[in-house]
Amino acid sequence: MAGEDRAVKLRIDHVKKEYQSRNGIMRALDDVSLDIHENEFVCVVGPSGCGKSTLLNIIAGLLQPSEGEVFLDGTPIQGTGRERGVVFQQYALFPWLTVMDNVLFGLNLKKVPEKEAREIALKYIRSVGLEDFIDAYPKELSGGMKQRVAIARAYAVNPEVLLLDEPFGALDAQTRAQLQSELLEMWEQDKKTCFFITHDVDEAIILAQRVIIMSARPGRIKKIVNIDIPYPRTQETKSTKRFLELKAEIWNQVYQEYMEVRK
Amino acid sequence: MGREMRNMKNKTIKEYKTRASIWIWQLLSLAAAILLWFVLSKIPKTSRSFPFATQVIPAIKTMIERDVLWKDFASSIISILAGFALGFVTALPVGFLMAWYRPVQKILEPWIQFVRNIPALAYVPLVVISVGVGRKPQIIVIWLACFMTTSIMIYQGIKSVDLTLIKAARVLGAEDRDIFFKVIIPATTPFVITAVRLGLSAALTTLIASESTGAVAGMGMRIRSLSNTFETAPMLLYIILVGIIGMTFSKIVDIAERRLTGWQEKIEL
Repeated sequence: MAGEDRAVKLRIDHVKKEYQSRNGIMRALDDVSLDIHENEFVCVVGPSGCGKSTLLNIIAGLLQPSEGEVFLDGTPIQGTGRERGVVFQQYALFPWLTVMDNVLFGLNLKKVPEKEAREIALKYIRSVGLEDFIDAYPKELSGGMKQRVAIARAYAVNPEVLLLDEPFGALDAQTRAQLQSELLEMWEQDKKTCFFITHDVDEAIILAQRVIIMSARPGRIKKIVNIDIPYPRTQETKSTKRFLELKAEIWNQVYQEYMEVRK
Repeated sequence: MGREMRNMKNKTIKEYKTRASIWIWQLLSLAAAILLWFVLSKIPKTSRSFPFATQVIPAIKTMIERDVLWKDFASSIISILAGFALGFVTALPVGFLMAWYRPVQKILEPWIQFVRNIPALAYVPLVVISVGVGRKPQIIVIWLACFMTTSIMIYQGIKSVDLTLIKAARVLGAEDRDIFFKVIIPATTPFVITAVRLGLSAALTTLIASESTGAVAGMGMRIRSLSNTFETAPMLLYIILVGIIGMTFSKIVDIAERRLTGWQEKIEL
């Protein structure tokens, strides 16, 4: 299930990240190594301050690691690149652009011909169910709809991997569950490699093939749990015996970290 | 779909209602002002300063007959627009430079803030001593006032651009140039419009001060010269006209704002 036989898509190789803070050097990430395979869905959980967002930003190329490297298909990454798409927690839609123009943003930068770009954009806007809102501005959309647009925008440029930084963190429980299902559906269609950060254990289990538990201060990988629940998964999966077992196991680990952070 | 249509209809009805109520309130406000004016014109102590509309409106004719109304109006508008244009054009790069390069901001901002708080009237004589009388000092003084206000506003606008938007653009493949034209510029537009609004208002306020020395025509100059002869009716007319000019500027900026930044999230009060 973990897919050891599949090609390594993303290799995080001994990545360290240190910040200069007022009280000296703060180590955000301490020697993190991880292989993420082609078509894999990986979730990272951990208490706040465990450096999971730092790790995502390094993979995205928005941050430089202090040591170590990240490889995409064996090539070390350099800065940002559209082969690594990002979905941010704060949606990050351009408020002056309509839904259509937001999704077109990356396609236009890619110099895709106008007609083709519109077709691609429309395809992804449809797949997140917002075809009636193509001319709406972000201010007219709910939080869930905004995040759907952001997902469509990330998908539209056809990245090799999708990095999602607590994308549903700001949403209410129902919208969150709905978006989880929609994201699963999209993933099952093309199995795009996904690196998904969350602090919600349920969310991690329902989505991922592997859950990476991170420890705090300094952030390192504490444990990796294989989620052996077959797809397609639905919200009902959350009440199955296996799900609850895994949840107990992961919660235990995460809880220890929370207590550690509180000390 | 039916429900949505009904919602749309309700929305337009609601819109009409709000529009009607805005109208009614504006009428009431106007009526209240005219009433106050009337009262002031009747109280012996204030009646000399506030002649009522029946005297002020005929003053339009008087001033046209003296062949000054249009000249004053044109002269003031030319000074305002020229001063404002210069102020805006110079403030734009300075605002951007301050946002881009910390040393520029560290050196310039304190002085801009300092000078900004000095009423233009105070330094008009200095400007006149250097460049002489006429249109030149007027434009220079208005330029200074506009520059101070707009450069700070533009600087703050660029500083407040949401970093996540820049990140989002980067990961979608944007280069520095794209970030500038496709993110910074649109994100800063609301601030630039506010800068225009404040700049025009600063120009108008400064106008009166700038015309205080040696102007041959202009709204401010005329108010001053009419005060020497105690002609309060045309004076009040000019004062009201200055107010109308200010209001017109503000309305024009409103329209531009709605056109350009309708996408903005507004807090409804």
